[in-house]
Amino acid sequence: MSLAVRTFDAVVVGAGGAGLRAALQLAEAGLRVAVLSKVFPTRSHTVAAQGGVGAALGNMGEDSWLWHMYDTVKGSDWMGDQDAIEFMCREAPRVVYELEHYGMPFDRNDDGTIYQRPFGGHSMNFGERPVQRSCCAADRTGHAMLHTLYQRNVRARTQFFVEWMALDLIRDAQGEVLGVTALEMETGEVSILQARATLFATGGAGRIYASTTNAFINTGDGPGMAARAGSPLEDMEFWQFHPTGVAGAGVLITEGVRGEGGYLLNKNGERFMERYAPNLKDLASRDVVSRAMATEIKEGRGAGKDGDYLLLKLDHLGPEVIDKRLPGIREIAIKFANADPVKDPIPVVPTVHYMMGGIATNYLGEVVAPAGGNPNALVPRFYAAGECACASVHGANRLGTNSLTDLLVFGKAAGDALIRFLAANPGTKDLPKDAAERTLARLSRLESQKGGEAVPEVGREMRRIMQLHCGVFRFPDTLAEGVRRIREVADRATRTELRDKSRIFNTARVEALELDNLVEVARASMVSAAARQESRGAHDRSDFPERDDRNWLKHTLWYKEGDRLEYKPVNLKPLTAQTIEPKVRTY
Amino acid sequence: MHFKIFRFDPDKDDKPYMKDYQIELEPSDRMLLDALVRIKEQDETLSVRRSCREGVCGSDAVNINGRNGLACITKLADLKEPVELRPLPGLPVIRDLIVDMTQFFNQYHSIRPYLINEDPPPERERLQSPQERDELDGLYECVLCACCSTACPSFWWNPDKYVGPAGLLQAYRFIADSRDQATGERLDNLEDPYRLFRCHTIMNCTDVCPKNLNPALAIGKIRSLLAKRSI
Repeated sequence: MSLAVRTFDAVVVGAGGAGLRAALQLAEAGLRVAVLSKVFPTRSHTVAAQGGVGAALGNMGEDSWLWHMYDTVKGSDWMGDQDAIEFMCREAPRVVYELEHYGMPFDRNDDGTIYQRPFGGHSMNFGERPVQRSCCAADRTGHAMLHTLYQRNVRARTQFFVEWMALDLIRDAQGEVLGVTALEMETGEVSILQARATLFATGGAGRIYASTTNAFINTGDGPGMAARAGSPLEDMEFWQFHPTGVAGAGVLITEGVRGEGGYLLNKNGERFMERYAPNLKDLASRDVVSRAMATEIKEGRGAGKDGDYLLLKLDHLGPEVIDKRLPGIREIAIKFANADPVKDPIPVVPTVHYMMGGIATNYLGEVVAPAGGNPNALVPRFYAAGECACASVHGANRLGTNSLTDLLVFGKAAGDALIRFLAANPGTKDLPKDAAERTLARLSRLESQKGGEAVPEVGREMRRIMQLHCGVFRFPDTLAEGVRRIREVADRATRTELRDKSRIFNTARVEALELDNLVEVARASMVSAAARQESRGAHDRSDFPERDDRNWLKHTLWYKEGDRLEYKPVNLKPLTAQTIEPKVRTY
Repeated sequence: MHFKIFRFDPDKDDKPYMKDYQIELEPSDRMLLDALVRIKEQDETLSVRRSCREGVCGSDAVNINGRNGLACITKLADLKEPVELRPLPGLPVIRDLIVDMTQFFNQYHSIRPYLINEDPPPERERLQSPQERDELDGLYECVLCACCSTACPSFWWNPDKYVGPAGLLQAYRFIADSRDQATGERLDNLEDPYRLFRCHTIMNCTDVCPKNLNPALAIGKIRSLLAKRSI
């Protein structure tokens, strides 16, 4: 069976913040670009980011990209690569100003500059006291940003393929990436999008867990496709639990609530973060706050009849501040928690939020993999940016606001790197004969499978196992058992049965194809977590409670084939700044 | 809980029909979208768009007991049974609850939905006072769900010629932005018997907006700017 082939200079997969920022570079450079998205671009999950984008603009007082860099390295528990972190923190002001020039409706100070709020882990003068670094549009920063980026792409006449799902990466015998296969949901047609270069910006994969702030679409499509095509996934054991998801619903409550002066209470009304992080308290790093909360719950100080959540108090901010700075939170709390925060605290629990790991890239957004003795050899014609990528700036724990900084900086950088590559490498490589083979095999298996399990059943089991075996606290026996059970689930996912065979907007087929990606991410995460014998950032093991720089200051690389693990060094050498040497991490 | 859901798959159905679903809800099922996800677990052939499940992405707009809304922020407890779900009215149905939104987005794109400022950008941000920024509140928050435009009879009759409330709200969002320099062109673009003036202030738009925005007010402001300009 042969598929229709469309040819482009570049294919961008994903139209969230990173994809749109990259697409803008490419479209404005006059390239023929196809941007694929499972949803209309403004429905991508960047839309749900709330609290702000981090950049040392210094609008509220003194700030410096060096301090931002220090905070990010410390936040990452020294797992982040310092060249990439320096690059991000230095570039951050520039990309924020650009966004403002595109029309982003940032909140303003009286002098007309962008308003910035405090956020967890961001400090002045290398950890001294909190700094106001988060540039925001009320608590709808992601929404404002995503719409602004889409609007700028409308102006640039970027070509979108809306409600198209990329299915597999096409690589030739030399390992070069030559595009993707993709499904047009409305018609059910599958075709090949051939490209001189391919850029992944597919976002996160929080849907491997039962309780997550992530949207339904966050199914790890980029990492799944990359893994199937033989690319390694980096640092997948590091999953961020956001301290404040609405208990029971999972919906995000921004850290900006604590940035604006809100704080957490246990059932005794105690402001317990003072015990865990005497200096930054409720504005400590997310891994620290989430662990403190899980400890409070475990030790019987959780609130509610089952003692299974904590309370986020913000009524003391007053209705004016809440309605001006946190209007979306008030709406969410009323709808999803039956609590109006102008008078009642919001019940919250740590909730899976962000994938620190992803497709291994360098700080220019070029995808890398070990080859010929070089741990960071380029995978030709392949780029990745945003949550699906691991540059690595977030290391073992991401700081709040740095996800939006990441997607702007690396979306743009990956676009620029791609443009430079195409300028130096004219011409289109021929597709291999087996370009669509993997995709066609997956589709025909789904069409013909009889008597298999339903996709939601297997998905539910995967989410349950991840939640139970790979949570805030991790234990040796549950991790080992988790590996066994997640492999079982991955196996079951190869025998799911699709009952709906319609060609037209068949969302059951889409969900089945998404499950293939989810299980890759889940397996990578569990296997990588079971192997890392230390506690660092978001990875906390009862049997190895300390960080172990001597043995474990290294990135995990997981390969799908045989669940193989490799490691590569963390880059402690910044581009121009001095190395920030590992030390004990306290807040 | 009892649901009646509009079903149509052009691949196998000659015509649309309403299908009954009786489902057991869990205590954690709070919103209509939770129920739809449960129904889909029983009957995977039901097609619905959904993503963020918290009312910010705008994917899951449907007609619920005769009124447009977002399934993910519509409380089940507030709904009268049987709950009748239909696709958004006035747009072509692709399948089940999924409509073809091309005309809706064409109208959005027609208002040049981006900041126009031809001055070379400064090194830092363009300055904007808090009061100027306040003018954008109630405008930029639109999620493009199409609840308003597809509740508007004027849009039903002329989806190709009338911009509709969502597009007009965004047109005003840029007119109201102190950084935008194209107010004149934007008004020219709307000064037309159809594009703006098909609005007959029926107010369905403002009534149904799940984000509590007020497109009718924005349309009124555009009208008064046009009126001022003509004298």
